[in-house]
Amino acid sequence: MSSKLAKIEKRTAYLLILPSVLLVFSIILFPIFSNIWISFKNVELKDLRIPEPRAKKLVKSINDNPNQIKVIYKLRNSSLTQEITNVKFKDKYPDDIEPISLNNKCQFKSNLLKCELGNWPKKYRENLEIVFQNINNQEISKKELKSYKPKLSGKSQNILLTYEFTLNNFKKVIKDKAFIDLLSTTFYYTFFGTIGAIVFGILAAQMVNQKFFGRTFMRSVLLFPYVAPVVALAYTWELLLDPTSGTLNNLLINYQIIDGPINLLGQKYVTLNILGFDFKLRLALTTVIIFEIWRYFPLAFLFILARLQAVPKELYEAADVDGANPIQKFLNITLPQILAVISILFMIRFIWNFNKFEDIFLLTGGASGTRTLPINVYQQGFSIGDIGMGSAVSIVIVVFLLIFMFIYFKLLGKRADEN
Amino acid sequence: MKIKNIFTYCFISSLFLFSLICIWKILVTLQGIELTNFNFNKLFAFGIVLCVINLLIGKKFNLNIKIILLALLFSIFDYFISVNLPIWHSFGIFLISLFFFNSIKDYDKNFLSKNHSSQKLFFNFLTLFGITLFSFVILFPFYMMLVTSFKTQALLLLNPLDFSINFAQGLPELFKSYFIVFKDYNFGRYMLTSTIVSLGTVVITLIFAIPAAYAVARLNFFGKNFLSTSILIIYLFPAIVLVIPLYTIFSQLGLRNSIEGLLIVYTATTLPVAIYMLQGYFKSIPKELEEAGIIDGQNWLGIIFKIILPLSLPAISSVALYVFMIAWNEFLFSLMFLDRPNTFTLSRAIQFLNVGAETPRQYLMAGSVVVTLPILIIFVYFEKYLVSGLTAGSVKG
Repeated sequence: MSSKLAKIEKRTAYLLILPSVLLVFSIILFPIFSNIWISFKNVELKDLRIPEPRAKKLVKSINDNPNQIKVIYKLRNSSLTQEITNVKFKDKYPDDIEPISLNNKCQFKSNLLKCELGNWPKKYRENLEIVFQNINNQEISKKELKSYKPKLSGKSQNILLTYEFTLNNFKKVIKDKAFIDLLSTTFYYTFFGTIGAIVFGILAAQMVNQKFFGRTFMRSVLLFPYVAPVVALAYTWELLLDPTSGTLNNLLINYQIIDGPINLLGQKYVTLNILGFDFKLRLALTTVIIFEIWRYFPLAFLFILARLQAVPKELYEAADVDGANPIQKFLNITLPQILAVISILFMIRFIWNFNKFEDIFLLTGGASGTRTLPINVYQQGFSIGDIGMGSAVSIVIVVFLLIFMFIYFKLLGKRADEN
Repeated sequence: MKIKNIFTYCFISSLFLFSLICIWKILVTLQGIELTNFNFNKLFAFGIVLCVINLLIGKKFNLNIKIILLALLFSIFDYFISVNLPIWHSFGIFLISLFFFNSIKDYDKNFLSKNHSSQKLFFNFLTLFGITLFSFVILFPFYMMLVTSFKTQALLLLNPLDFSINFAQGLPELFKSYFIVFKDYNFGRYMLTSTIVSLGTVVITLIFAIPAAYAVARLNFFGKNFLSTSILIIYLFPAIVLVIPLYTIFSQLGLRNSIEGLLIVYTATTLPVAIYMLQGYFKSIPKELEEAGIIDGQNWLGIIFKIILPLSLPAISSVALYVFMIAWNEFLFSLMFLDRPNTFTLSRAIQFLNVGAETPRQYLMAGSVVVTLPILIIFVYFEKYLVSGLTAGSVKG
């Protein structure tokens, strides 16, 4: 009896999870694996369109003879790169109409014109002309003829499904001189974006954890940058930072803090002089990181606040009795309590910042030294149009991602052990 | 009374007062009023003087009278050192200094002679300062977005710092950008598409996720542990590694430029987190309730519909709001999959506006307000649910 119940339970469970598993498999897992396939192929954006045999039908009357008519099919191969084999052609005609003469490729049987057009090389074009007559010597209606559309079929090789592979994409990725630069930009962006978001998250959480007027309102406001659409925010920032008509530059010039406008999103380096040492700061990248911090610190804030509110009040009261000062209280009570959350947060944010695409894309489009790996996927795949290269860069991202995830789950497991 | 404490007190209080005044003056400048100097030295020095007076008076007479007097003194001083400023500017200064002196009214000689009082003071002001600064930095871009949408291109170029809103021109003139965005740029249609896509994603995700989450939470089957860990792993894979294969597959299947295509992708990408959030909640529902249901002769479907669903409405609302937010804000897939204006979502449409021929910025900002406002209203209204959704789903961003 119980084993029968267990069987039913099992069957029900599979039935309930099946739709979700299928969907996630086909839209997430399958593409990740097909990335591997595509990255070993030489595919370009223009190859993605499946070659189609096409025919445009023109109907022309023959001088003074209303019961005869000439039909011209303009045939072409839609692909500029691939051949179509075994093209078949089919078109329907109204009753009582017959062709006067036909070439050997075509047949006319019971109102149907069928042709075997053979193989079409790339860029192929040809006109097929046939003259028709009405057997009852009546006028042929052009409109009726035009209302039938020819149907064509043919076989073509789908470049994605061939077994030709190449290592060129990966060679290009690794040998690219900019690859080291790309990696360092990505890590710089990821690391400082993550650290900054966490530091500001701690500050904000510490603030909001105290009682003051308008605290709930403050908590909502702090989350605004995270819930608002990135497109709107990025463009607002772009207008704000614009060198000529942007508010920030104009304000700074107005208060005589700077002499001339600074192109915060368009300038790659700025040289700073600190204590007599010149050093170069990557300006556009820093601006993008600040945007990143601005947008994502709310998340760190939310996490840390939740943890802070769970810290027992007695700990602070005991510290007060011992005469601890605020810094000591933070270092010895608060920090150890939130350390675990911070480490998890760091890993999660690190993984996500590593893959961040929209923010940089919308702010700079990857120009002025802000090209990270995800931006490179887009540029290779869609700006340059080399899908294979784009996939190869995606694979590089996935490899890094797997390493990070391994560390993350190790960390998570260790934490679970401690508890 | 320690000298160090007095020094910290004066310095930090005055600095805080000055930073509040700075923010106010920046906002005043943005109303098109010419103001090129913060008068740092004078205001800071006078602030210190007033702080010392505040300390000396202490609690000798009525605190309310004390703060009003000090605030008045400060605003009159500011009025005389700055030139040609409207009276509402001074009124703002008065309110700010009122707030400031209210927060330091309790400090007197006794307080400053206590241990750690300078550190406590420092952190009190740091908190106040932090709250002000954080609110300013966060709200400022939103403020700019809104105000720019009410201006015209000519006015914006004439004086880039003048963001005053001229209410005298009448409402139709004021909301002109919005009329144009909806009429000429077809934003009504995009908004409809966005709404359909987002709501559709929510409904389909829930239909898929609820049964799956129930199975993971309650039923025993082979591969259950594997499934629940893989949910998390799958969730960590970003859209950017999916985009090329999905693009190639969708363009060959003819699913690009279709709402169906977007719905499929959005549902699949939000499913893992929805299942993850829901199964956690389902586990917290007492098993006895279901057992009672089984005794009553309910099958699995009946249990889900009659027992689990009514009990987990809060969790389902959280998931629904979170998924709605993700779908509404989504950009990468809509950029990749949609290139015909008749299928654009709002995000894609705004990007199209920006890339296309020189769109006047007030239209761009009006469009941004149109896409931002609904999500902010939903957020403020349903904050409780959305925050718990954000916390649970925050592994992604």
